[in-house]
Amino acid sequence: MKVCVSAQAPSLDAPIDPRFGRCATFVFVDSESLAFEAAMNPGTMASGGAGISAAQFVAEQGCKVVLTGNVGPNAYNALAAAGITVYVGVSGTVRSAIEMFKSGQLAATSSATARAHAGMGGGRGMGRGMGRGMGRRGQR
Amino acid sequence: MFLAVASGKGGTGKTTVAVNLALSLETQVQLLDCDADEPNVHTLLSLDVTETKPVTTMVPRFDESKCKRTKECAKFCPNNAIFVSEKGITFFPELCYGCAGCVIACPNEAIVEENRQIGVTHHGQAHGIDVVYGQLDVGEALVVPVIKAVKAAAQKDKEITILDCPPGVSCPLVESVHGSDFCLLVTEPTPFGLHDLKLAVEVIRRLGIPHGVIVNRAGIGDQEVYSYCEEEKIPILLEIPNSRDIAELFSEGIPFVTRMPEWKAKFQNLFHEIQRRLTQ
Repeated sequence: MKVCVSAQAPSLDAPIDPRFGRCATFVFVDSESLAFEAAMNPGTMASGGAGISAAQFVAEQGCKVVLTGNVGPNAYNALAAAGITVYVGVSGTVRSAIEMFKSGQLAATSSATARAHAGMGGGRGMGRGMGRGMGRRGQR
Repeated sequence: MFLAVASGKGGTGKTTVAVNLALSLETQVQLLDCDADEPNVHTLLSLDVTETKPVTTMVPRFDESKCKRTKECAKFCPNNAIFVSEKGITFFPELCYGCAGCVIACPNEAIVEENRQIGVTHHGQAHGIDVVYGQLDVGEALVVPVIKAVKAAAQKDKEITILDCPPGVSCPLVESVHGSDFCLLVTEPTPFGLHDLKLAVEVIRRLGIPHGVIVNRAGIGDQEVYSYCEEEKIPILLEIPNSRDIAELFSEGIPFVTRMPEWKAKFQNLFHEIQRRLTQ
C-alpha cells in the first residue's frame, strides 16, 4: 500500500514534519517493500491555502493514506473529500511511522487536529488535539 | 475635488477632521466613510440612512455533471480555494478572492459566476451633507470590495468629496486614497503618531498624491512630529489643540464646529490653502 508521510527531508530516516500543509517533503512509501519516492510539498510555497494545495498534490499521487503530526481544517476536509485516511500524532522517523502504521498503533482522525495556519512560522511543538474539529466547510 | 483624510495610526482624529471640515464648507460636499471595518462618520453626524445596498463578491458555482476533473480550476486558483479529486470538487469560499479566473480556466464550462454578499453601503443625508458609508459583514475578510463600492457610490456632480480613510497603511488605505487629489494626514505629536505618520507618508508619496499634515491634540507629547515635517518639507496645514472643550463635545458625539463656530473659518482656510497648493 502506498503511504504518504510528511517529513523534514527526502529519506526513510528523516524526522517526521509534524505539519501537513507546510511540511518540507512528502515521502511516498510502499508499506510492504519500503521502496519510496520523495517530492517537495507545493504547499510550502503557497501564500494561502497551503493545506489544500498539499492535499491536491497527495491526492494526485493516488495515495489513500497520510501519516502526519497534525492536520488543519481545510487540508482535512480536502483529504477526506478525496477518500484519503489521515493518521495523526505521528513522531520519530518516516521508517518508524510506517512500522507504527503497519502494527496498527496509529489512529485515524475524523476531524482536523490543528487550527488554520498553525503550521506557519516554525511549526514546532504542536501538541495533538490543540485545534478544533471544523467540519462545517463541506462540499458545495 | 477628492480630498482624502488618512493617518496611519488609529484614533488620531481622521473622522473629527473629515466631519468638521465637511460641516465648515459652504459648497456642495459629500462625505464617504471608507473605514468599512469600523465606520463612525454616521455616528458623529447622527445620520438618517435612507438607502442600503448590498456589496457582493463573485463566487464560483460548480456543475459536477459537467466537470471532467481536468483540475484546471484548482491549478489556476492563486489562493488554493478549490480542491478537485476523482470524487468531486471541494470549494473553500473563505479563501476565494472572487477573481473568476476558474470560470475562464475550466475547459468544460462547469463553473458559473454567482454573487455572495460580503457587506453593504448605507446612504443618507445629515446637515445637508450626502454621506455614504460601507459596512463589512461580520466574518468576512475582504474589505477592499466594500471600499470600492463606497467610492463608486460617489456622485460625480459634487464639487467636493471628502474621504474618511481607514487606519493602517495596507490595501484598505491604498484603495481609499487612490485617485484622490490631495491627502490630509492627521497625526498627534507623540512617538506613536510620528511612527505611523512616517509609514503613511511613504505610502502616499509612492502613490504620488500631494499631501499635508494636521496635528491634532497639539500641546501634548513632544516636538518630533514638527521636526520630521520640517526635514521632509511636509506642510503642517492645521493644528487642533488638546482642548477639553473639543474632547467633551467629541465624547458626546457632537462635531465641535457646530458649537465652536470660530473653527469653521479655520477649516475654510485649510481648504483654501489646499486649493492654492493644488493650483500652484
